[in-house]
This record gives sequence, C-alpha cells and structure tokens, in this order.
Amino acid sequence: MPKDSGIGAPSKRREDVRFLTGAGNYTDDINVAGQKYVVFLRSSVAHGNLNKVDTAAAAAMPGVVHIFTGDDFAEIGGLPCGWQIHSRDGEPMAEPPHPVLARGKVRHVGDPIAAVVADSVEQARDAAEAIELDIEELPAVVDMTDAISGNAAQVHEEAPNNLCYDWGFVEENRDATMEAFEGAHHVTTLELINNRLVANPMEPRVCIGDFNAPSGESTLYTTSQNPHVIRLLMGAFVLGIPEHKLRVIAPDVGGGFGAKIYHYAEEALCTFAAKTLKMPVKWTCDRSEAFISDAQGRDHKTKIELALDADGKFLAIRTETLANMGAYLSTFAPAVPTWLHGTLMAGTYTTPLIYCNVKAVFTNTLPVDAYRGAGRPEATYQLERVIDVAAREMGIDPVEIRRRNFIPADAYPYQTPVAVAYDTGDYHGTMDKLVEVADFAGFSARREASKAKGKLRGLGICSYIEACGIAPSALVGQLGARAGLFESCTVRVNAAGGVVVMTGSHSHGQGHETTFPQVVSEMLGMPEEMIEIVHGDTGRGPMGMGTYGSRSIAVGGAAMVRATEKIIAKATRIAAHLMEASHEDVEFKDGMFSVAGTDKQVDFGSVALSAYVPHNYPLETLEPGLEETAFYDPSNFTYPAGAYACEVEVDEDTGVVEIASFAAADDFGNIINPMIVDGQVHGGIGQGIGQALLENCVYDESGQLASGSFMDYAMPRADDLPMYTVDHSSITPCTHNPLGVKGCGEAGAIGSPPAVINAVVDALQSGGHNVTHLDMPASPDRVWAAIQAAK
Amino acid sequence: MYNFDYVKASSVADATAALGGDAQAISGGQTLIPTLKARLGQPSSLVDLSGVAEMSGITAGDGSVTIGGAVTHHAVSESGDVPASVAALAAGIGDPAVRHRGTIGGSVANNDPSACYPSACLGLGATIHTSGGDVAADDYFQGMFDTALGEGQIVTGVTFPTPAKANYQKFVQPASRFALVGVFVSQMADGYVRVAVTGASESGVFRWSDAETALAGNFSADVVPAAPSADGMIADLHGSAAYRAHLISVMTKRAVAAC
Repeated sequence: MPKDSGIGAPSKRREDVRFLTGAGNYTDDINVAGQKYVVFLRSSVAHGNLNKVDTAAAAAMPGVVHIFTGDDFAEIGGLPCGWQIHSRDGEPMAEPPHPVLARGKVRHVGDPIAAVVADSVEQARDAAEAIELDIEELPAVVDMTDAISGNAAQVHEEAPNNLCYDWGFVEENRDATMEAFEGAHHVTTLELINNRLVANPMEPRVCIGDFNAPSGESTLYTTSQNPHVIRLLMGAFVLGIPEHKLRVIAPDVGGGFGAKIYHYAEEALCTFAAKTLKMPVKWTCDRSEAFISDAQGRDHKTKIELALDADGKFLAIRTETLANMGAYLSTFAPAVPTWLHGTLMAGTYTTPLIYCNVKAVFTNTLPVDAYRGAGRPEATYQLERVIDVAAREMGIDPVEIRRRNFIPADAYPYQTPVAVAYDTGDYHGTMDKLVEVADFAGFSARREASKAKGKLRGLGICSYIEACGIAPSALVGQLGARAGLFESCTVRVNAAGGVVVMTGSHSHGQGHETTFPQVVSEMLGMPEEMIEIVHGDTGRGPMGMGTYGSRSIAVGGAAMVRATEKIIAKATRIAAHLMEASHEDVEFKDGMFSVAGTDKQVDFGSVALSAYVPHNYPLETLEPGLEETAFYDPSNFTYPAGAYACEVEVDEDTGVVEIASFAAADDFGNIINPMIVDGQVHGGIGQGIGQALLENCVYDESGQLASGSFMDYAMPRADDLPMYTVDHSSITPCTHNPLGVKGCGEAGAIGSPPAVINAVVDALQSGGHNVTHLDMPASPDRVWAAIQAAK
Repeated sequence: MYNFDYVKASSVADATAALGGDAQAISGGQTLIPTLKARLGQPSSLVDLSGVAEMSGITAGDGSVTIGGAVTHHAVSESGDVPASVAALAAGIGDPAVRHRGTIGGSVANNDPSACYPSACLGLGATIHTSGGDVAADDYFQGMFDTALGEGQIVTGVTFPTPAKANYQKFVQPASRFALVGVFVSQMADGYVRVAVTGASESGVFRWSDAETALAGNFSADVVPAAPSADGMIADLHGSAAYRAHLISVMTKRAVAAC
C-alpha cells in the first residue's frame, strides 16, 4: 500500500485546482492601475547597420507616451553573461556587449530596436510601424561551419572569425587520448547534428514594470524561473538599482523548460521605462514574437570518435563540437556546451580517456541557451548513438556492449576522467529493470507482427546519466560561473496553526506546492494541507537561485530539510522547558514531543503557540518565535541515471515513424511523490520525442526564421506520443543530500532522443536499408530520403 | 489587427452589396483572423457570411448533395447526407475548434494549395455555386489561392455528385497538419474516374490524368503509376519536390485500395 501522505505518497497536485479551473495568477493576469503598454519594434533582417531610428512621427501618434531606443541605454550596462569560459590557450571567451535595445547594428531577426509605450497595445503597434528605420542590410552568417571559415560576415568586432571560445577538456588528457586511438582495435566515427529547438512554453513571456515614487522601489513582475537571479543581474549589472529597492515577482508561470531562466532585454526595458516614466508598463509577448525573442536550445554539430578494443571495451572518446551561441551570449549560454556537456561524456561507462573540443560560434540567429537538459542531452545523444553504431559495426548486441562497459555497482564513488565523481548508481540494475519492463524477450514476436502489417519495427535503447542538483558553488566558481548555486528556505511556524515554507526554488509546472509540503509534513508530523509554499517573490523569501537543472528537490529540498531541522531543534528545547525535562531526553515523533520513560508529552501546536506567547518560556536561553532559515550548498552534483527503450514502426512507403512503445527505467534516488515523478518523466520523454521526430528550428541563408510559427515548427501533440511505461523502482539514494534525492525533471528529455533514433536506424537496418545514421528530426521526408539514398 | 467595419449579411444579395473595394468576406475566419491579427491584411470592412440563410444547411438531391457555403466542417463531418468520403475529409481538417468555425465556402474560396476541400471538389467533379453563377470545379480552381471568383463574389455552396466509390487519403504536414499531399479518388457509376491532388503542386490542386487513365481501365491500386514528375511540385521544410511526387503515387494507391 502506498502511503497516503508524506514522503513517498502520490499526493494529488494541489496547484492543479486553480490551474485547471482557470484561476491561476499568471503575469498577464496582473494589471497595475494606470498601466501603459509596451510594444517592441524588432529587426526584420538578420544583420545590418542600423543607420537611423527616427521616432519623431511615431511619437506624435495618438496614445503614445514615449519611445525608447538604443540611445537611451547608451550609458547603461547591457545584459550580462553569467558564465565565463576560457579557451585552450588560456584566453577568456569573447564577450561582446548585449545591448538592451540595438544600437549601430542589428544582429538577428527579432533584435529589439525600439520600445513604444502607449495607452493601448494597438496604439503602440501603430506607432511602432510608423518608426522610420534606415537599416543597411549586411550579409548574414547562419551556418556554424561557414561562420568560422574566415570568409563569413562578422557578427561582432570583438569576436574575430565569430569565435566565442575554443575549449578543450580534459586538456591534460589530450595527448593520451589521441595515442589511444592510434593503437585501437576498432574506431567508430559519427558526425551528427543536435537540432535547434524552440522551447515554446505554453505561456509566452510577460513583464510588468512598476515604480513607486514615494518609496523609490521598482517592482518587476515577470515570467521567470528564478526571480532572485533576475533581481541580481538586472539590479546590479544593468540598471544599477540596489536590491533593497528592487522587487521581482514571478507568480504562476506556465512552463519554462530553460527559456525563462535568462535575464531578457524586455525585463530591463519595462523596469527602466516604469522608473523613467513613473508609470507602470506591461509587455505581453505573443507566440509569433516568442519565436523571435526567446532564447532557443541545442544546435550542436559534432564529430565523435569512439576507440574500442577487440572485446568492445571503450578505450577512448574524442569529440569536436561546434556550438551555436546565436547573435549574443544569453545568460548561461557559454556553460551549456562546456561544463554541462563535456563533464557528461563518460556517461555510465568506464571509458578511461576522453577529450572534447568545443568551439562556440556567433551567428546571426537568436541567442541559444539551456533547454531542458542543457548540454547533457547533447552529450548523451552523441555517446549513445556512437555506441550503437559501434555495436553494429562490431556485431555486438547493443545491450551487451553497454553492459561490458558499465561502471560496476561496487565502484562508487567513481571518479570519471571528466572532472565529476559519481556518488552512487547501478547501471546494470536499471538495464535489468528495462529489459523486464520493456519486454525485450517479446520483441522478435512484435517485429513479426509489425512486418505482417507492412511495417519495419525497430528497438532502440539508451543508457543515460546526468549531473543535476546544480551545483556546488565553489566548484562552479572555478569553472567560470559568476553566481553561487546554493538554495535557501525559510520555514515559518505560525502561532496558532499552519506552516509557511518560503523557498528559493520556483515552481512552473513541477508541483512544488504539493511535494515540498510532503517533506515538511513527514518531518513535523502535521497534515500536508497545514503547510503552504511561498515562492517566486523576492519580497517574501530569502535569496534563492531558482529552478532549473533538476535542482529543486535536491538543493531547494535540502535547504527546506535543514530549516525544518532547525525548527525541530528549537521546538524540542521549548518542549523540554514545558515538560520540565532536559532537551536531550525529549523525543519528537508524529508531531508529539515526549520525555523518554515518562508519560509527559506536549504537541507541536502547543509548542508553536508557546514560542509566540512566551509566558512560560526559557527566555534567558532561547529567543521567542519559531522561524528558521537555512541555505544549502551541495557538496556534489547528483547523478540520476537510467535506461530507456523505444520501439518504432517505420512505414517504408512514406517514411513515417510511429512510436510503438516507450519504456523508461530510472534511478532518481529516493522519490517524494511517485505520481509527480511519472509526470515529469512523461513530459521529458514527450519533449525528447518532439526533438527526435518533429521539432526543428530552421533559418534560411539570409537568417530569416523559416520555422517561425506552429504552421512550420512541429510541436508534439498528444497523438504523436505513446502511452509510456515508467519505472523508478531502482533506487540508489544520493549519498550527500539529506533526502537522498537526485532530481527527475530533465531525465526524460535526455534519455529519449538517442533511444528513438537508435530505434529508427534499427528498423531501417532490419528492412535491409543500410542507413547508419539519421539526423534529428527523423521526419517522414528525411527517413524516406535516407531509404532512397541507401539504395 | 487594424480597425475595420463589421457588416453582418443576412442574404447573398446583402453580402455582395457590401463587398467590393477593400471589403473582405469572412466565413469561419480560420485563415483570415490569424492574418488580420498579424497585421498582414487591412480590410475596410469584414462582411460576415455566417448569418446568410441561403448558405446554411445540407440538402440531399437526386444523385447529389448540396452543402451551403457557410456550413462548418464539423456539420459536414456529422452529416449522413454527404458522401462518406467527404464527411471523412471534413473530419480530418484541423482540430475540433477549427472544424466548428471553418466552413466549406471559406475553404473553397481561399483555395489554399494545401487545403483538403479543393481535392474533394475536383475529385468528385463538384459544381461550385457562386454569387456570380455556377462554375464546374474543373474550371473553378485556377492555381494557388486563385479561383474563378470575380471581384466581390463569394462561394454560396457546393454540389457534390454521389460517387460509386470515393476515398480521400491525406498525408499530413507534421506541424500544420494541412495536407503535405492529399489525394481524392472517385469512380462514378458510369465508371468515370477522377484523381485530384492537393498539397503537392505549386499550381494548387490538380487532376493526375495518368492515374485517371490507368484506373479507368482497371480500378485497382496495382495500376496506379509510379510517382509523377517532380517538376512544379512544392519543396519546403517538410518535403522535397521528389518526396511529394512520390507521396502522390503512394496516397493514390491507398485511396484506391480504400475505396
């Protein structure tokens, strides 16, 4: 019987009541009295000299309050980059300015040029159309190989040859890795593309800037995954507003997937405009504008080589990757192809030598930054693809070749050759579970059944690992992070009932309002509904770093546990006083304090009341009140891992790939709410299947976004996806956080794309089509073309 | 969108009187409204056809059925009076929201090269009723977004003859779910065969005469020719010209087999 509350219970998502009844409070639901509306005029060309922005006629149009241009920000900082990478030669990366509004040049379609503030959205649009621009169009550079060829247009003067950095990792292993290839029995080489994606959260971005003149306080309401980070970046680095005069509120947020981590120009503009004009201003992005203003994801070109011995043991891996930064460095962009990517190249295997070279490249396209998984999907995809190709070339079963190379279960902690040390794991265990839940034994019968229907059936597997619970601050500081990555929590026990938990984590679909109380409920022995989560408001909680990188329960949850432990410790002392006992003799269980060996007891509620009505209270040794704050900085990443299996049916006549089944066997460590974990995995796999079969962000040669709407950008729909088999009963608890949790938010998106493509290739091979590789998305036209090319 | 005047027409005469100049007819608005929201059109007025009595309803005739121009895809999909092939085609357009707003008249008037209905009209030899008179489908579709409609004219209805056999096979474009290639095949009681293709050609919906000739002698999937020439086929993010040409043959075979 599953528990019905507390840790491990499938508690229903309490937030869904308001989400599903239309009662959510999203940023666009907020209207500040007297607010004006902002519309951005954006570049329609990918690259050009911005010779003139004439706002005179537009400013005189009805309803127009003010028009901002790049000149208004000439004396103000641009948008900062939160991570600095150093090249192989020791030089810091090229870090060209990222202006709030373009000045002198436009560098991608959608680059904001001017912001019109007017009484209505329509008036602002009318005026934006009336702004006279003189843009001298320049040749655009879109393709990464072209960009660094020496013959391409320069996106930034500060980045010669469009190179942001040329990173080597692990540089000390480079020579040894190259040598290992010299003597290898077999080398498999694969060139592949990790396709660019548009995050497309259901809720587009919105910002409202407000300014309270008497107090001098600015408030920004924004669709963010991390309001404190926005406050820090925007306050300190862009607008120069001290944090005590700046409040950032991210209320209900309808999905982020990474795209709502970053500090965007629109946030700075709205905050600046409200302060300058002394009136609230609101910007609401629509879907079309989101396509040309949200940071995009992935976009790597990689050549990976795997050296093996005669038994299929991995000897060495080397990779060369081009990573697209787009036209400007988004907040965490430089970290994605480096520290979130190179450090995962060991995967679940004992490969002793690994060397990755990553060149980050500027192009005249939208900025690229973290998207669900961020770097780890790119690492997993290339690794799990090249292993499959090697297995086929060497005639070894794909499960078997992985098993021969798995890090053994008794090898933990396991120091990889790529900096990270895995604390715990059991990859044979998750593979065993996968073989069972995906019914590998029945595959050949299913293949025959598909054949009888005229379809080619393929089975693809993947063994993934990810580094989550981001991140140990001291370590990431050495790696170039310009921020700490701790998390915080304040637990406030009220005098007459109820607990408020103020977390620095931010929920935008993850269900924190349900799972976090489960933990506190278990610890305090109090019903979940007595515990409320507060998040998303810098004015209501301690400084926190937000939600991304599957970090909320592993880092935010740990902070919450620490703060709750402090509450229990203090309450124990109060209880000891009330029971006239020594606190060492007081036990706390199921919400009741008692003195061992006696019948003395006092409940938690009485202790809480006593803390705020301290008539009978040890005031000489203990402060009144029952509120505690903890900051938690993890000592290591967490390493969720698992094995995925995908079965597809391919229609040779049309190239259509259908997902026949999908099974996941994950090890997330301990589980707080298995139902929510299922949901996170379902969503992640859905996005992974989207990347593998449907989604593709394409620019034409002139830098125009060819897939700029849902008419051409294929988002996965419910009927594109199968019913999933999800198992997370393989548990090796994390050894270094108090809950033993690892995080589950990104796993599905990391493990699924290689499983899908491996399955497609397997299906084609089974039909006699000699297709070694197929780039994502494996859309019908590409699959059909691959079949034709193999003839 | 830009400002416009709104005219609710109650008759075809009303509607045509209000059209002309920069006025624009609106039926279900499933193409027009997104265009206006993106400020890609600036009509002086919108003439709403949804209340035109003569354009509502489905009327079964002797060996034919007439669908009013303002009838929604959903209504067609639910009708027992229209050929099953047409009802199935309507059921596959867009999503439920689109099918409850979008109309046959709007689709046929717009003649999007990837729309489904034009293939049914051409594939069944329908008669397009317009405010300027009746036009045979063979004469009506004149290229991408181009029709026989004159200035200020509207589609008031479509009459489909009842086929002996008919089937529509749609290969969806993965993003829009419009037809990447759609093929409507029919055979009349007298043996006459039509094969109409949508989605594929830069010239819009067309009849694939080689297939019609082959099928006229032997209505069997086996005789459907291999892919027609890829010249003039649409090439885009979702498929090359050669792929579309290939799909024409595949979808035609499937349509014949399903008849």
